[in-house]
Amino acid sequence: MTAIPASARIVLDTVIPARVPWSAIIRKGQTLRIVDSHGQQAVDTLFYAASDFGERYSGQDTLRAQGSAYVTTGTRIMSTEGRTMLRMVADSCGLHDTSAGACSCESNTVRFGHQTKYLHACRENFVLEAAKHGLSKRDIVPNLNFFMNVPLDPDGNFTVVDGVSKPGDYVEMIAEMDVLCLISNCPQVNNPCNGFFPTPIQVVIYEAGED
Amino acid sequence: MILTEQEKAEVEANRRRYEQHKALGQQQAPKALPPPTPRDGAPIAADAIIHRETVPGGWYYVTKLGRGEAVRIINTSGTSCVSIQAWNALDPSERLNHADTIKVQWAASLRKGRVILSDMGRALLSIIEDTSGAHDTMVGGSNAATNAARYGAGNFRNTRDNFVLAAGKLGLDRRDVHPSIAFFAPVAVDSQGRFEWHGERRHQGDFVDLRAELDLLIAVSNCPHPLDPSPSYAPGDIDLIRYQASQLAADDLCRTVSLEAKRAFENNAFYLAGAAGRA
Repeated sequence: MTAIPASARIVLDTVIPARVPWSAIIRKGQTLRIVDSHGQQAVDTLFYAASDFGERYSGQDTLRAQGSAYVTTGTRIMSTEGRTMLRMVADSCGLHDTSAGACSCESNTVRFGHQTKYLHACRENFVLEAAKHGLSKRDIVPNLNFFMNVPLDPDGNFTVVDGVSKPGDYVEMIAEMDVLCLISNCPQVNNPCNGFFPTPIQVVIYEAGED
Repeated sequence: MILTEQEKAEVEANRRRYEQHKALGQQQAPKALPPPTPRDGAPIAADAIIHRETVPGGWYYVTKLGRGEAVRIINTSGTSCVSIQAWNALDPSERLNHADTIKVQWAASLRKGRVILSDMGRALLSIIEDTSGAHDTMVGGSNAATNAARYGAGNFRNTRDNFVLAAGKLGLDRRDVHPSIAFFAPVAVDSQGRFEWHGERRHQGDFVDLRAELDLLIAVSNCPHPLDPSPSYAPGDIDLIRYQASQLAADDLCRTVSLEAKRAFENNAFYLAGAAGRA
């Protein structure tokens, strides 16, 4: 893992335990680093413009701007208003998804059977964390899934398969506007997005140094 | 991370369950899906038609669709792309969720026999007829910036603004405009994951019939798709026919096509039974 420059000012450095939600404001110019500390952990992520939560992450605009079904270094993370929210500047993994959205108790019943309704899920995390900022379920749009491996073939077949991220793999994004970041450190144990065993991740927010 | 023997056993049990679901979901449904509807097939009986309207190129349309009613969207020009939003009329916080629609049915491609799911694990719309199969769930509609990039300076209507207008007229706002599904948008991915536009898969007279499975609010936008390479902004008219769909049979295609669809409709039934109980 590339070290954070010694001259950088660390704004926040925290561990998000397995299965739990988290949120923070990332200021314009700051870098967000998400580290898959143990490997094979899907990190469900949403962004909202800090000045106007009505402007939020758009997976479809992000894919269109990227010209491809996957997200990687160079991808502009786009808002519903067609603006760049963040730019992805580093990616040691190479496979991230933004088409499959988040797991929910309700979608789990459809996908895996009614007996899976009462399992903790990402939408539960998102709604709880969003509520701290005055947002509700209607504000929860389909999200980015860092380190989640969702191959799509030319026939349109679509599945979630084992993540390829190794311990310490990370992504970095520079914020181009002040954004609220919501994360659900995915608790899903019904598919291989996290190897069926959720693990902690690390989040670092830093500002580049003067040199 | 080093797992205990018990944790390893849990992981293996979860994996076995997933492999079973995957095998059933991927191997069962494609066998059951029917071929596309012929373009001269599936006429609508005159006495079933509730309303008919032509939506000019660039414009949008808002309607309520009662459960059991359907709307036929006809690509009369052959060059149109039609994006949709849908909300539960009784509780618009429940709405079309393109990600769950894709993920739960193990397929990014929509065609006759598939359903469009809400964020609450219920079927909102069933695709009961479809001549095309060339639809986009991945990229979504245009906005002012994509129009400007494609067509240059000018005043071109776009899908994002159409949906904000439609939401406003339903008492909703832009927070309620979520990712959309675009019909007659022949987008595919190549083996590298890059998007491709297959214009040859779009035909004059193509139609898709969507049956409401709950009482719904629907917004339709008739603007060119952002990946349509045509350099001129010339969206054609579309025709919408709202009609009363047939009584549901026990073996209804969309309800029985896969185990996933069957469970989504079971969730609808639980919900509707509750709604009836409150009435």
